[in-house]
Amino acid sequence: MPAAVEFVNVSRHFGAVRAVDAVSVEIAAGEFFALLGPSGSGKTTCLRLIAGFEQPTRGEVRIFGESMVGVPPYRRAVNTVFQDYALFPHLNVIDNVAYGLRVAGKGAAERRREAEAALELVQLPGYGGRRPSELSGGQRQRVALARALVMKPRVLLLDEPLGALDLKLREQMQEELKALQRKVGITFVFVTHDQGEALSMADRIAVFNDGRIEQVGTPDEVYNRPAKPFVADFVGSSNVLPPEVTDTIAGRQAWASLRPEAIRLVARGHPARVVATAFLGTATRLHLEMAGRDLTALVPRGAEVPRPGQTVEIGWGEGDLHLMEGP
Amino acid sequence: MADTAAPAIPPREGALARASDALWRRPRLLLAMLLLPPVLWLGVIYLGALFALLAQSFFSIDEFTGLIRYQLTLKTYRELLTPANSDIILRTVMTAALVTLACAVIAFPIAYFAARYARGRWKAVFYLGVMLPLWSSYLVKVYSWKLILAKEGILNWALTELRLSWLLEAYLDLPVVGGNSLSTSPTGTFLVFVYVWLPFMILPVQAALERVPVSMLEASGDLGAHPAQTFRHVLLPLAMPGVIAGSIFTFSLTLGDYIIPQIVGTSARFIGQAVYQHQGTAGNIPLAAAFAVVPILIMGLYLWWAKRQGAFDAL
Repeated sequence: MPAAVEFVNVSRHFGAVRAVDAVSVEIAAGEFFALLGPSGSGKTTCLRLIAGFEQPTRGEVRIFGESMVGVPPYRRAVNTVFQDYALFPHLNVIDNVAYGLRVAGKGAAERRREAEAALELVQLPGYGGRRPSELSGGQRQRVALARALVMKPRVLLLDEPLGALDLKLREQMQEELKALQRKVGITFVFVTHDQGEALSMADRIAVFNDGRIEQVGTPDEVYNRPAKPFVADFVGSSNVLPPEVTDTIAGRQAWASLRPEAIRLVARGHPARVVATAFLGTATRLHLEMAGRDLTALVPRGAEVPRPGQTVEIGWGEGDLHLMEGP
Repeated sequence: MADTAAPAIPPREGALARASDALWRRPRLLLAMLLLPPVLWLGVIYLGALFALLAQSFFSIDEFTGLIRYQLTLKTYRELLTPANSDIILRTVMTAALVTLACAVIAFPIAYFAARYARGRWKAVFYLGVMLPLWSSYLVKVYSWKLILAKEGILNWALTELRLSWLLEAYLDLPVVGGNSLSTSPTGTFLVFVYVWLPFMILPVQAALERVPVSMLEASGDLGAHPAQTFRHVLLPLAMPGVIAGSIFTFSLTLGDYIIPQIVGTSARFIGQAVYQHQGTAGNIPLAAAFAVVPILIMGLYLWWAKRQGAFDAL
């Protein structure tokens, strides 16, 4: 079975800007795959390369083994849920959902039945007669989802699918999307800048920086064993220690990542000064200074919180200091 | 450090300060003050004059004395239906419809380019190119077209040089659209109308297309629609309010114009010329008014039809 999506040394340049730079990655069939990175890191361009809205400057995108060079978007068995949903304002919900079936030449009765089924799938049965403007943000997103799923795509692309929703709805939709993906069994590729979203939903994550992929791995790998300083910092805001610091505290000449939650206040360890504290609810974040380096640590709820200006002793477990290659 | 002694309301004296404070507290008063003059102008002077004119159409003229009889009658409207007059109406409406259609077809690609691709300097070039013809006098433009289209004009000369004048002659031999030369044919009138009103179509269509998000077109393609289907099912319906707005301009401007058909074209009259002659030379104000009602009626019917066709659904 070929990979659902395969990037073979793909670059996309806009003038002098290398939006995507020599990216190679394979997304397996049936996978829930996240493209994670800050804005401008090339993740959305990669999604658009799969959809066909962009053509690679160099390299090749393959979908289920077939080269997509010179294949326009409307000939690809791939559908997209757009960031702004892009629902057609002049059509009601059922006509929006049935749009792809209509341009494919399916009969009115058949496309109505399939569109109703798709609306049921996204838990919006009976909303067909409404206008997109009469729906809430969350409902619009479900309609966009139904409109893409009704086409039975080989790969479903989602561009920042939860970006426009408020926190509570976002958490609910995360679970729903995951359940939906398991149910329909389609390969989902989604773009996000929210590391929490990527960690909680994806089977595997590709972390983007500056047009390149820094690491591909499961959420556990990316979080606990970041390959590079950028990944450690971007996913979960780890403390990134340059080789000379790692040398002084652990005797190893290598870049290292130390998770804030791994740092504990101990009786005898490394002295650090508390610069500031911030109450987060579930924990309190400490802003520390150790041997001229800034560090962040988390004090769990219930534990005693030191005051700014105080000097504390900090330590961590044997395996918590994760060594990695340089940037 | 904050100045703890400073008052929470910094002092400001004078009648203007008090007036703006008072208006800030009564926003409706400000709105009324801003709206009253234009509403009075529109309501009393503008619409009032229009209704005074329309009322005239329900009076009639005494054939013997040439004086207006101030009795309500539909006699004048019956006069509109005589072959000579209904001919004028039919000619005008057909020309206006064709001019509108041609303007829409020519304007769409130009407006699409401007909305989707033109940025920065090219946008400025677009606006300049569209607006530039509006800066010169209307009469100069029409007369220069007469020079282009005349038998001794540039077009005829160029076609002769290209040894294609037989093509033009064959066209001019056609009934209805042909004539002695382009400048004395209905085709000439049509060309000049299209030229003069084109900016009024391009600008609203461009404004409408500008509001269509690119993602909407991408979504259509993503769902399997090839470009022609995307145009038919997404782009055109979303641009329709702009096309309708533009067509209101081109259609009504053509319906009311009385100068272009007088300078370029045949001696057959248009509604505008009929109104001009009846109220001026002939002194038949009721018939002139009845002629003036026709474009209003047609525009009303047109908008009603456009609404029923769903042209404003995307608004």
